[in-house]
Amino acid sequence: MPTIVVEVMPKAELLDPAGKAVAGALHRLGHESIRDVRIGKRFELHVDGEIDAALLETAQQLAADMLSNGVIEDVISVHVSGSAADGVGEGVAGETR
Amino acid sequence: MRIGVVTFPGSLDDRDAQRAIRLAGAEPVALWHGTHDLQGVDAIVLPGGFSYGDYLRCGAIAARSPIMAEVIDAANSGMPVLGICNGFQILVEAHLLPGGLIRNDHGDFIRRDQRLRVESTDSAWTNGFTAGQEITIPLKNGEGGFIADEPTLDRLEGEGLVAFRYLDVNPNGSLRDIAGLRNERGNVVGLMPHPEHAVEPGFGPNTPAAMRSGVDGLTFFTSVIKQSVLS
Repeated sequence: MPTIVVEVMPKAELLDPAGKAVAGALHRLGHESIRDVRIGKRFELHVDGEIDAALLETAQQLAADMLSNGVIEDVISVHVSGSAADGVGEGVAGETR
Repeated sequence: MRIGVVTFPGSLDDRDAQRAIRLAGAEPVALWHGTHDLQGVDAIVLPGGFSYGDYLRCGAIAARSPIMAEVIDAANSGMPVLGICNGFQILVEAHLLPGGLIRNDHGDFIRRDQRLRVESTDSAWTNGFTAGQEITIPLKNGEGGFIADEPTLDRLEGEGLVAFRYLDVNPNGSLRDIAGLRNERGNVVGLMPHPEHAVEPGFGPNTPAAMRSGVDGLTFFTSVIKQSVLS
């Protein structure tokens, strides 16, 4: 099913206690080269029919209005799943969609 | 006076709020999130809890629930609305109060009897206090860190919209020790600590006089009743 991906991250200047806790665990495991971890959210909006520019625009609006809170979070990306913006390795290694 | 208390999926302190309203001398009215019916109430309390599991952000889904359309209209028309803890988060997510609430800076859920300073008595829910009065009511939250950008913080301070400030301990890293806010009109108040848990001798915070005898929270509810009688 066509999927729109929305990625939201806590604002860079905000403390991210969850990320900090994970970074602490990685350091204890010996991964000192990983300096910091920040944890965000990925939403997958599964839609009926084709994804056109209007639907992407709607998703952009939803991302700004509801899926994120502009006071504390940034919308990093709104894109179609499987597109170049979806990152390295999308759909490989047995990932099911 | 009839004061509505909205129950959302995951509300925790709705019955406590109803009890506080009754003890203060008003009639509590149970309101349901999934309706558009305020049942003709004179004021509204958004209680504490974990509405909709807080899955998106604390209060974010609740702020878009059916009854909130009516609550937002009523608040904009001047009806007194009090948001406690998750209710404060809902008010912020509904843009009835500014800023945002994030995870406590130490990462832990915290509960304690919290001392506060009353910074603004110019609101429907705080007019029974005296300016600068120090009160103690319980606090319990995991995401109670209040944040806003510097211009917003300066505006809140400059316009006297900070309603309560933490004393002794800042329990969650809230900027400028802000524990609660009021809106410009004074009808909407939100705070992280829980006044509804300090309304009855025997069940509140300890005081120098006796264990569990603190009833500082009752003044929130008697304030709104007094205002309704006078107006």
